[in-house]
Amino acid sequence: MTELIQHLINGLSLGSIYALIALGYTMVFGILQLINFAHGDVYMLGAFIGMYFARVTGAAENPSVFNLLATLLVAMVGCALAGFLIERFAYRPLRRAPRINVLITAVGVSLFLEFAGQLGFGSDPKFFPQVYQPTVDWSMGDIKINPLQVIVFAISIVLMAGLQFLIFKTRTGRAMRAASFNHDLASLMGIPTDRVISLTFMAGSALAGAAGVLVGMIYPKIEPLMGVMPGLKAFVSAVLGGIGNITGAVVGAITLGLAEEFLVGYWAPTFRDALAFGLLILILLFKPTGLFGVHKSEKV
Amino acid sequence: MIKSLKFWIIALVAIWIGNLFIADNMNPYFFSILMYAGINVTLAVSLNLVNGFTGQFSMGHAGFMSIGGYVAAYISTTWTGTHPDWIADPFLSNILFVFNMLLGGFAAAGVGYLVGLPSLRLKGDYLAIVTLGFGEIIRVFILNIDAIGGARGMPNIPPFTSFGWVFTLLLVTVFTIWRLVRSSEGRKFMSVREDEIAAEAMGVNTTATKVKAFVIGAFFAGTAGALFAHYLRYLNPQTFDFNRSFEVIIMVVLGGMGSISGSVFAAFFLTFVREALRPLQELTQLDFRMIIYSLMLIVLMLTRPNGIFGTRELTDVISLLKKKRSTS
Amino acid sequence: MISRHPFSVVLVALSVVLLAPACKKSQTADSAASGATVSGNVIKIGEVGSMTGSEATFGISTHNGIMLAVKQLNAAGGIAGKKVEVVSLDDQGKPEEAAVAMNKLINQDKVIAILGEVASSRSLAMAPIAQTHKIPMISPSSTNPKVTEQGDYIFRVCFIDPFQGTVMAKFAWESLKAKKVAILRDVKNDYSVGLADYFAETFKKLGGEIVIDQSYSAGDMDFKSQLTAIRSKNPEAIFVPGYYTEVGLISIQAKGLGLTAPLLGGDGWDSPKLTEIGGDSINGSYFANHYSTEDNSPEVQKFIKEYKEMFGVVPDGLAAMGYDAALVLFDAMKRSPQLTTPQIRDAIAATQKFKAVTGLISMDAKRNPVKSAVVLKIEKKSFKYQTTINPT
Repeated sequence: MTELIQHLINGLSLGSIYALIALGYTMVFGILQLINFAHGDVYMLGAFIGMYFARVTGAAENPSVFNLLATLLVAMVGCALAGFLIERFAYRPLRRAPRINVLITAVGVSLFLEFAGQLGFGSDPKFFPQVYQPTVDWSMGDIKINPLQVIVFAISIVLMAGLQFLIFKTRTGRAMRAASFNHDLASLMGIPTDRVISLTFMAGSALAGAAGVLVGMIYPKIEPLMGVMPGLKAFVSAVLGGIGNITGAVVGAITLGLAEEFLVGYWAPTFRDALAFGLLILILLFKPTGLFGVHKSEKV
Repeated sequence: MIKSLKFWIIALVAIWIGNLFIADNMNPYFFSILMYAGINVTLAVSLNLVNGFTGQFSMGHAGFMSIGGYVAAYISTTWTGTHPDWIADPFLSNILFVFNMLLGGFAAAGVGYLVGLPSLRLKGDYLAIVTLGFGEIIRVFILNIDAIGGARGMPNIPPFTSFGWVFTLLLVTVFTIWRLVRSSEGRKFMSVREDEIAAEAMGVNTTATKVKAFVIGAFFAGTAGALFAHYLRYLNPQTFDFNRSFEVIIMVVLGGMGSISGSVFAAFFLTFVREALRPLQELTQLDFRMIIYSLMLIVLMLTRPNGIFGTRELTDVISLLKKKRSTS
Repeated sequence: MISRHPFSVVLVALSVVLLAPACKKSQTADSAASGATVSGNVIKIGEVGSMTGSEATFGISTHNGIMLAVKQLNAAGGIAGKKVEVVSLDDQGKPEEAAVAMNKLINQDKVIAILGEVASSRSLAMAPIAQTHKIPMISPSSTNPKVTEQGDYIFRVCFIDPFQGTVMAKFAWESLKAKKVAILRDVKNDYSVGLADYFAETFKKLGGEIVIDQSYSAGDMDFKSQLTAIRSKNPEAIFVPGYYTEVGLISIQAKGLGLTAPLLGGDGWDSPKLTEIGGDSINGSYFANHYSTEDNSPEVQKFIKEYKEMFGVVPDGLAAMGYDAALVLFDAMKRSPQLTTPQIRDAIAATQKFKAVTGLISMDAKRNPVKSAVVLKIEKKSFKYQTTINPT
């Protein structure tokens, strides 16, 4: 029983990490219908920005909540900037091009970030400074809970709610939804489509940056290729929940996290990476809109 | 008709005449690049049938390649394990190799059928991701089969791949796909790419066409995998991760989706460029090759998204030039 | 007309196939006769390594080790007055790239010996080429027994999988008195799979029990599901024969789940990054290694000191292996008067009790080094010497 509960907790924690990355994925897809392959690499960039910031400012010497927030903020701003540049120079010129061309560009951007990262940061794994150290222990006997896991879970839920608010309750959100519905019509209505897309992209990238730092806190090993697998799995999560759907991304991510956890824990650990893709294929074949994909209006 | 066939036969004869002395007289380094280039052409042209002509963006070509490679290599190694005299015997070894190559091709085609099925329901990016997923699933399965070495790979594959076979297969692939897309049967592929609904309205069975493209593409990828396995003489599941699929995609995109000449050119060009950039790496002690690759991909998409050839072929260019000369 | 195409193609193809072999020359005989030698004032040797890609960190460490050895050698006057130059090529961690790089080194750069590759998967692709061209090749750290079986020009300076797996199985059984051991292997990594298999084999032979055999893939970051499954079996030790890149995280998560059993590992652990990432969690774990940094022999201390000066970091195990591979090669070159490749090969094969950083190296008949392993215990961010286990 303890084992089962522990697996549940592990799965939730893993799922909330996928959720953080998947949120950004789904936002960008919602507005551009573009699978942003580079998203996982922006997440990697976030982790490295956070690491360098923490090293330079010495935030790791006296861990505190303030330092964690500062690191998060810097990483998010840095990634938003990176996202802006990527969108401006790689995707915007292709706004009217066939989608396959944009997809290829996305693959190109992703490869570029990975290999530039290897040259720039070095390819050896780096230690992510612990800018915040939880002082409490919430474990119950053999059921171990790391407070950081709870924080990440809470943050992904809060972000989900925040995004939901942003999209459905604000003017910017309405502009986003309009632009996602139809670019041309939206601009005819006086919505600065390019700026809205840019903004969405920056918000998505900032989320990836936050994910990078938070993952660095829980798994303090970062490297230039760290974004590849989580990126793909976050995408699978987003599709699972119905891509373009904010709630769906989080639910999909948690489903995937739990599924992986139980597959590895009870059945066939070597097939872990096959699971995500297997799920993806099944969901696309039998319910291409995803678990939550019925309400088209919920798209970003 | 006879005239066009003449070219292929002459080329085939030339390849086998070349086979007699090229391997022994060429610098082995350049020879090995030439061999990989030849294998890459087969891969690129076969992927072009799926991605370029039929417009179904597949990102799992490495998976088909690995199936063909592993099937052929497994039979070769087990058979020569009990019949070691077959390795040295030029006649038997070639018979065995052709047999295995075809078997590898058929195995890959079978899997290609399975992967092609989802394409009935999926389009564009979704299909791309699903094929990528299939490629990864294939890799994970190979990783878990102990009989073919799993993570430790499969060494001691007999060295059956010769210049003749690499370029014969290249020729057969180019010939088949060239003739195919120019037949009435093959026009269906392009009609699916251009407009699926219109194609359907014209009586094209789009479902069957798409699956056919996957099966044929996978078959040639499988045979290319067999060549690869018997040339490198060692297989490892890591060789066939999605980066390899990306490499082939880059070749197809650079050459032009829907241009066989483009794929041939791009596969040769990129294989050689990789090696030509080596001095830069030796000089700087940093490997810029993949960065240049990826930047090239982005810039290409921004400036010339149709690739070098677009959907044109070399023959189109030549006839265009001829026409210009005659009018001027 | 079209219907006749396939038939005629097959016909021509077949007839040529039958003709082709008649004129085929044996390539081996050809290049062996040429037998590369050295001309001029520079001796060129080649190195193939993974400088980029997912295994770049291993390739770069090895490369640094080799560079240090070359620098020291040239500073001391080189070999017979000639400077040694290394041509280093990247293979991006791909076997086929390694094979092409190998061909370039041998045929373009005309090197007389090759150092590399780190991973057995690349070495296995390179070895047949080295053997065909009769160029000696020393792998610093390819542990798969099949590597040196590729031919008599292929050597290595590291243990092979069976030895290291056996060492740790014996250590777990005899020193830790463990009866129930769990295994957590990296399925993506041939080295890890090899070690795990031989460990399980020996440990069962000794009378122990493998309670659970779990696995992960290199690059994973979450191991809690495997560790939770392991925890439920209450093992007395966990054998994790992976690379330090993942083991640090595994140790943190194991401690987080309240697992107190010590982790056991192999030489893939040897890196300062292990304790940097693992922190306090990795304390109390053991791993087999080639040498201990506490070893006061001048070779070891000189290596560590000069490596730090040159690269600003503490050397890891792979750097030491790269360094030693180069030293063994240089030693053999010094003992071959004409510096021809067959001579160098024979000299490497004749290496006896050569004092290298990673121990006394003697080549056995299968071109594997016979050397003892040490078991190190991790305590407070340093590796403490525990015991030496000799090959039987």
